[in-house]
Amino acid sequence: MDNLEQIVSEACAAFAAISDPDALEQAKARFLGKSGQITELLKGLGKLPPEEKKTAGAAINVAKTAVETALNERREAIRKAALDARLAEEALDVTLPGRSEARGGLHPVTRTLERIESLFASIGFEVADGPEIEEDFFNFTALNTPEDHPARSMHDTFYLQNPDGSLADKVLLRTHTSPVQARYMQAHVARYGQQEKMPEIRIIAPGRVYRVDSDATHSPMFHQVEGLWVGENVSFADLKGVIADFLKSFFETDDLTVRFRPSFFPFTEPSAEIDVAFMSGALKGRWLEIAGCGMVHPTVLRHAGIDPEKYTGFAFGMGPDRLTMLRYGVNDLRLFFEGDLRFLRQFA
Amino acid sequence: MKFSESWLRSLVDPKLSSEELSHLLTMAGLEVEELDAVAPAFTSVVVAQVLEVVKHPDADRLNVCQVDIGSGTPQQIVCGAPNVAAGLKVPCALPGAELPGDFKIKVAKVRGIESSGMLCSAKELGIAEEASGLLILPADAPVGQSIRQYLDLDDHVFELKLTPNRADCLSLLGVAREVGAITGAATSLPVVAEVPASIADSRAVVLDAPAACPLYYGRIVKNVDAKAPTPEWMKRRLERSGIRSISALVDITNYVMLELGQPLHAFDNTRLDGAVHARMAKPEEKLLLLNEQTITVDADILVISDDAKPLAMAGIMGGEESGITLETSELFLESAFFAPKAIAGRARRYGFGSDASHRFERGVDFGGTRRAIERATQLILEICGGQAGPVVEAKAELPARQPVRLRTARAEKVLGLPLGADRIAGLFKGLALDFVQQGDDFLVTPPSWRFDMEIEEDLIEEIARLYGYDNIPSPAPQARMAMLRQPEAQRPAYRVRQMLADRGYQEVVNFAFVETQWEADFAGKTAEADLIRLANPIASQMAVMRSNLFGGLIANLVTNLKRKQTRVRLFEVGRTFHRDAAAVPVAGYRQPWRLGGLAFGGALPDGWASGGRKVDFFDVKGDIEALLAPAALRFEKLVHPALHPGRAARILLDGVDIGCVGELHPEWVQKYDLTAAPVLFELDFAAIKAVVVPVYTELSRFPAVVRDLAVVVDRDLALQALFDGLKQDLPGLVTDLQLFDVYAGKGVPENKKSLALRIVMQDTQRTLQDSEVDAAMQQLIACLEKTFGAQLRA
Repeated sequence: MDNLEQIVSEACAAFAAISDPDALEQAKARFLGKSGQITELLKGLGKLPPEEKKTAGAAINVAKTAVETALNERREAIRKAALDARLAEEALDVTLPGRSEARGGLHPVTRTLERIESLFASIGFEVADGPEIEEDFFNFTALNTPEDHPARSMHDTFYLQNPDGSLADKVLLRTHTSPVQARYMQAHVARYGQQEKMPEIRIIAPGRVYRVDSDATHSPMFHQVEGLWVGENVSFADLKGVIADFLKSFFETDDLTVRFRPSFFPFTEPSAEIDVAFMSGALKGRWLEIAGCGMVHPTVLRHAGIDPEKYTGFAFGMGPDRLTMLRYGVNDLRLFFEGDLRFLRQFA
Repeated sequence: MKFSESWLRSLVDPKLSSEELSHLLTMAGLEVEELDAVAPAFTSVVVAQVLEVVKHPDADRLNVCQVDIGSGTPQQIVCGAPNVAAGLKVPCALPGAELPGDFKIKVAKVRGIESSGMLCSAKELGIAEEASGLLILPADAPVGQSIRQYLDLDDHVFELKLTPNRADCLSLLGVAREVGAITGAATSLPVVAEVPASIADSRAVVLDAPAACPLYYGRIVKNVDAKAPTPEWMKRRLERSGIRSISALVDITNYVMLELGQPLHAFDNTRLDGAVHARMAKPEEKLLLLNEQTITVDADILVISDDAKPLAMAGIMGGEESGITLETSELFLESAFFAPKAIAGRARRYGFGSDASHRFERGVDFGGTRRAIERATQLILEICGGQAGPVVEAKAELPARQPVRLRTARAEKVLGLPLGADRIAGLFKGLALDFVQQGDDFLVTPPSWRFDMEIEEDLIEEIARLYGYDNIPSPAPQARMAMLRQPEAQRPAYRVRQMLADRGYQEVVNFAFVETQWEADFAGKTAEADLIRLANPIASQMAVMRSNLFGGLIANLVTNLKRKQTRVRLFEVGRTFHRDAAAVPVAGYRQPWRLGGLAFGGALPDGWASGGRKVDFFDVKGDIEALLAPAALRFEKLVHPALHPGRAARILLDGVDIGCVGELHPEWVQKYDLTAAPVLFELDFAAIKAVVVPVYTELSRFPAVVRDLAVVVDRDLALQALFDGLKQDLPGLVTDLQLFDVYAGKGVPENKKSLALRIVMQDTQRTLQDSEVDAAMQQLIACLEKTFGAQLRA
């Protein structure tokens, strides 16, 4: 039986010396193949007397199992080594930049407008829109600013020419988003005026407006957001509540003070200017003008066909360019309109 | 409105610091825009008199002066000022003085001579930008008095930014009245006594346009000395109000206007013929104004004239010929009320404005017209001497001041504030308003100086203002909750923008007015009738309204290339403007929202893996298709002024033209100094926002059969035409048809191209048989051969 042990150790040594899978299979044949050493021994069992057969058979099988185990272990080791080699070969420099389209981004003012719209949507304000070449009537007259009203000189208005070079005196570039108020109220009344109870109007109207003004802090085209809430019981206190809530939500801080001070707009009465001051940061303690607002003037409501005895409302107009500058620390309004990617990418 | 604080405090003197007063005014609606000290801080400067001036022995330009500083002992002071002379009174900084700019005065030797102080210029005291020598003080200046006290240098200048409704505060009187109301401080308003006539000379006044000028006072003053100096106190108050001293007579009219709010005009009485009229201008009437402008006066302009000629634009500007000069000795003084409607907008029409028109178009107190002429007469007699004639009054119907009703409940509803009638009564008393209380209602008669109290809301504003806007609570409002409808078939604009941003495009915002040339180059608009031109553009490169978004995007590209950006992808969402008689809502101007885009540079961001391919038509087309997916778009060849004629397409959605895409025309690439052609697109924004709400179609449980087919066709054949043709006669079981390769070149005849098509067939009810698939393929091939002359490729 010494022979068996020798075969096993011979097989183990032979397998261990091999690292090629094909050579391993050939080596296997030497021991376990048709005429392999173990196979021959098994064949020889038949010649033994029955009483020896059993013990010898068992011994040979033990040896066979041992050879098979050695073989399988070696097969696994070779496969593993091959895999390791492949993995090492396939390794990447994972620190190389990813391959994809770069992301663009929204304009910072668009970003602000989106936030304003969603904050106001959360308290039921819809978005309304109006034309930028506007009728003189909606920009001024419907807003209680008849021709020659001194308030018209507060707005340096862009006018248009007719093709023959004459002044197109019925239209202008809107100087504020307030005409959207007038248009919306008119349409609302046309739609619901017959009903016993007219649904409330709660809208904001963001958009571009134009004034003849250009320097470091004024752009001839800029943005405004108009807000309007008309209902049976809308008060100046509600206006203050909404604006304070908005500013705290927009700047995501309670660390600011809002003040309302009397002002004048032909289309609101009482009217107010809204200032905000931050309690910390670079602008700490400075009052910054954010918006104009007030209770919708009865004449404006009447122009739209709304009974001012039954309905009251407030309106406000704020400057999202200014809000954007304050929110992100931008110090020059003109950057918004220059299309400089180095600037715009900061808001991607 | 700019004024000196000390002037105001001479009328009302609340126990408040300058800053506190400023805050109160701002919070009462009289916004203080600027609050400036008239002089910087400095100490120990007194009025001094130069007694003796002797040349410095060792310095040509220095003098050794003996100076009386009021101490009894003359001081020796070395002075380098060229205008120093014995007898002059000048400011003197004493040893220990601290001057602006941290400049300390000590006893020191100047070139060996001891000097105990410094004689000062206005610049050294920080009250002037420039000075050429010592500040010479009037001869009666009291020696030894602090210069700050003598020149009232602890004063402040307030500048109010007044809203157009508060014309009543365009005077010291008005501001004082307001300060009295908001602080409760007592006011001591100027008492103006009537100046009795000492001569009989007068001139008749005729109101030819009584609606425009319902009240006019005129008076002759003779033997005035127009060259008399304006007193220092008056000069100082005028200068601190931003009005330059000109001559005593002009200064007096300006002073009274500032003090009482009533603009006055003084005519040279010797230039006037007959009666003075306030009438509307006659046709083609010409007038040379004080600003040396000759105007043709429009028919709706009120003029002051005599029997022969127009003299002045009433309430706006006087005429040059009848104006006063330093030689004038005989005045005709005017104090009148001109109706705001008769003045408003007129000065602006002629491109100027004046302090008078500013006040008259907003409303001047017609209760103070007489007072002002008396006040001016008093000052003229005091300063310029002379004798005054009687005041001639011409009067018609003055603006009515109808009582306005205020209901307590209404005020409470509008303000959202429980006030009660008693509190309202108290606030009205504070405002010195004339009212009658009827239970909870008030009947308020507005004062003659207020032109902004016509309706109940105006009174509500007064209540709120005096109560304090800050004291009104700001609760969270209450309202009925209702969900906002969000149509699923409409994408929010932000989602569309975000989709573009996700594909690498950066949003820009460009001006809506552009260069005229851009409209020609990028929109083909050269005829004036097609352009929408601004009447008053801010600059020539912002002269016309844009009809597409390309110009701005190309300018952005140029800007960014200059800043060394090599890959540029931009988009803008904005309105474009087109003449269109049928447009709504503004007739004549169609203003659709458009989305414009531009791509330039690498197809991918530059980098190790970008491959270096430049962006082309199909990259951008792919972006557009993705943006509008799942909608199926059609693209047709397009000739567009901005675009390369062979590389541009019109984009159709459900047969409707929604925009275009293409490479910039090579001519513009060169003209605009670009190194390569950007790909541009513009789409109707409304069309992009519209999406289809999905509807489920049943899935087939049976396998699909996929067959590929390669055919050779004419090179010019558009794929769309081929698909359109096939779809006319498509076997029913074909569910999808795709192009998966296009090839031209070796192996394909010249002027031909090979198209590889993939055909997918499927039935929802059963598995397809080979024979029917083959038949369908034969049908397709037959169509290709017959309609397009296609040949099967081996």
